[in-house]
Amino acid sequence: MTDLTSLTMRVRAIFIEALQLDDGIDARTLRYNETDGWDSVGHMTLVAALETEFDCMFETDDILDMSNFDKAVDTVRART
Amino acid sequence: MSLDLAGRVAIVTGASRGIGLGIAHVLAAHDAHVILVARGAGDTLEQAEQQVRSGSGRVLSLAGDVSDSATAAAATRLAHREFKRLDVLVNNAGVLEDGLIGMISESRIRNTLAVNVAAVLHFTQAGARLMASGPSGSIVNVSSIIGTHGSTGQMLYAASKAAVIGATRSAAKELAPKGVRVNALAPGYIDTAMISALSPAIHQQRLDSIGMQRIGTVADVADVALFLASDLSRYVTGQVIGVDGAMLI
Repeated sequence: MTDLTSLTMRVRAIFIEALQLDDGIDARTLRYNETDGWDSVGHMTLVAALETEFDCMFETDDILDMSNFDKAVDTVRART
Repeated sequence: MSLDLAGRVAIVTGASRGIGLGIAHVLAAHDAHVILVARGAGDTLEQAEQQVRSGSGRVLSLAGDVSDSATAAAATRLAHREFKRLDVLVNNAGVLEDGLIGMISESRIRNTLAVNVAAVLHFTQAGARLMASGPSGSIVNVSSIIGTHGSTGQMLYAASKAAVIGATRSAAKELAPKGVRVNALAPGYIDTAMISALSPAIHQQRLDSIGMQRIGTVADVADVALFLASDLSRYVTGQVIGVDGAMLI
């Protein structure tokens, strides 16, 4: 079982690095195709970074459903 | 630069027989770890594993329907779990359905497009991400001379194999910045079980159309796949390479 707080922080750090976001950004506001840099190209960069960080493989449906930060956290939690 | 694939990991679809088996064998012989994917029952895959095992790499297998995206996900996950990498993906699985225009059933259309096209898309989607996280990657799609030139009575097969070429060229452009190369083979008349249903007359007609005056072998195709899988082809992407002995159709 992965500690949720720690996991959320790790996911947040990956978002900031992969999408080149400001350190102080509120992660709960991050949304696919709304947040600057989180377009389809950014999404694949983000997915690859999450898979590397958490040593897992997402399914295509996981990737398509990962439309905001909370969903990303849920997906990572389900796959790790 | 050599053909040595030691430490590299390959997935080959349709690997229980014919061209897929031959490609899996040549990759394993050059010391790659190879994951065989085929619809076949356990016995068939076990036999294929034994035939392929020839180098220092491991040979694993996965039974599944390649047209189901879950099979592609499972194969990629297997590569990730066992090796943490994927270097080579050979999308070879295919079905050959002949039929004159007006005599092709909807179910045959669906099945051919599912196996020959959708499977390529599923495995490319699943495999490319794991490849991109590594140092480099090579995807080899098996198309056909029928896909590049067309042929009477093969509209369905030609459409499916032409689609593979479109997928190859698009994927090559999209994945090039990530160091993943994507190429296609277009075999001509190759001596596999796929052609066993042809009449002697058609067989002779096909042979007569080959400039090199012999039928192609599985090894002829597999060796080109080996080249595309290896670093010898490190600057080759988005290409369709005919392996047809100067066949005219």
